[in-house]
Amino acid sequence: MTGRPLSSLETVLLGLAGLCAFVGLWTLLSVTGIVPRQFLPTPLDVATRMIQLLSSPFAGATLPMHLASSFQRYAYGVVLAALIGVPLGLLMGWFRLLDDIVTPIFDGLRFIAPIAWVPFAALWFGTGIGGPVMIIFAGAFPPCLINAYRGARFVEPRLIEAGRMLGTPNARMILEVLLPAAVPSIIAGLRVSAGLGWQSLVGAELIVAAAGVGFMMVQAQGSVQTATVMVGMVAIGLVGMLIDVLLRQGEGWLRRRRGLEA
Amino acid sequence: MGSISFRKVDKVFGSSSGGVKALDDINLEIADKEFVAIVGPSGCGKTTCLRMVAGFEAASSGEVLVNGKAVTEPGPDRAVVFQQFALFPWKTVRENIELGLRNKNLPAPKRDELIAGALKLMSLESHANAFPHQLSGGMQQRVAIARAYVLDPVVLLMDEPFGALDAQTRVVMQEELVRLARRNPRTVLFITHAVEEAVYLADRVAIMTRRPGRIKEVLDIKTIRETENWDSHSKIEDVMDLESFVHLRTHIWKSLREEKGFKDV
Repeated sequence: MTGRPLSSLETVLLGLAGLCAFVGLWTLLSVTGIVPRQFLPTPLDVATRMIQLLSSPFAGATLPMHLASSFQRYAYGVVLAALIGVPLGLLMGWFRLLDDIVTPIFDGLRFIAPIAWVPFAALWFGTGIGGPVMIIFAGAFPPCLINAYRGARFVEPRLIEAGRMLGTPNARMILEVLLPAAVPSIIAGLRVSAGLGWQSLVGAELIVAAAGVGFMMVQAQGSVQTATVMVGMVAIGLVGMLIDVLLRQGEGWLRRRRGLEA
Repeated sequence: MGSISFRKVDKVFGSSSGGVKALDDINLEIADKEFVAIVGPSGCGKTTCLRMVAGFEAASSGEVLVNGKAVTEPGPDRAVVFQQFALFPWKTVRENIELGLRNKNLPAPKRDELIAGALKLMSLESHANAFPHQLSGGMQQRVAIARAYVLDPVVLLMDEPFGALDAQTRVVMQEELVRLARRNPRTVLFITHAVEEAVYLADRVAIMTRRPGRIKEVLDIKTIRETENWDSHSKIEDVMDLESFVHLRTHIWKSLREEKGFKDV
């Protein structure tokens, strides 16, 4: 990039221009019949359908109900990933032996996409709450673990030495030295986890038999209701953006607070 | 009791095939309550000597003993004051000082009493609840010294503790350390590359050669200090003007200048 930096107004305008071009092209393709409207509903079709779905149920629930159901699964998966990933990462950062045992397995497993777990998630944990949560967990877990591990592993060596010189036992070392030092890295990891967990949602809900945005999309696909499928996609995109914006705000707030404190 | 012994200590860094010899046949006996400074050119291995007593590094051959027992790991009986302070940024002054006492499982009233004493000793009473980044470098190093003193260690290991401080703060800290050390003598191993600092503070000064570091000479300062009555002067600049001080300083400078690697003040 060259030239002067853009003002925030210009940035917003450019973003809007991009969005308008995207929607315009989409409308053009659909209205002219270049792509059959059956396969590519117009933006207006999608918007209309979305407003309908806010109140009238599809596949047993309205859009907000589907979203609520999805969000619950998602929250379980991400919280579980954080509850296991962060402590395990810290322990691996401190105990070399555990690091040597876990790292090779983990390095292989983390390249398996969450959706690849679908068959086994259903077999092992069922299609109720367990299976979908496991798939979201599979998406959200690696960044939790990796970031906690890196945060703990790369603590300033002087602080580790100071802790050891003071006779600090292992548990206290992890809780009072490694954990606080790793907080910025852990928070960054949680944000990435939250994003990846949400991305894994549709895959997770392929095997759900009750409610959820992914479930709604699968049902709509079965009856070739393309506008409804797209409503699901748009809803996932919007909620994902919202989650990211909120977490970014939270991260920024934490960093500023720590900047004053640390 | 707190004696330190280096016996035929060698230290080789790196692989067994292509290692770099950092220390060569170090022999030094530090008696109980003696203050010994090691001076030497950059990279001569003086800090490595201290780190071996602290238990951060192991000797490649020979023995490092504290009170006749081989050092195997770090511990609160050998408190370290680091050049870069190494305070925990997320803990207050008080919490930094308290950690070592909690590790000793002392009851809260006893801890409070000891912390109050350490804060007073280092004139930190009004900063007990401050975080390290809110303090100047000199104050941070006071916290680090308080954190070490409060443990009542067998030996105190100071690794260029005033190296990161500005000149004025440095002088104040040196004067305070002298008062502290004379009033309440304990075994101190002090690493520095500042010659005046070593002569002013220590009972004996060990001069090291460039890498691989060997101990070239050990000077007795204490006898001269006592016969010339340095401690009757409270200001460091007055002591530094004394003929006996200048003589010792010049001797050490010349000795260091013979070392090729010498370039620091």
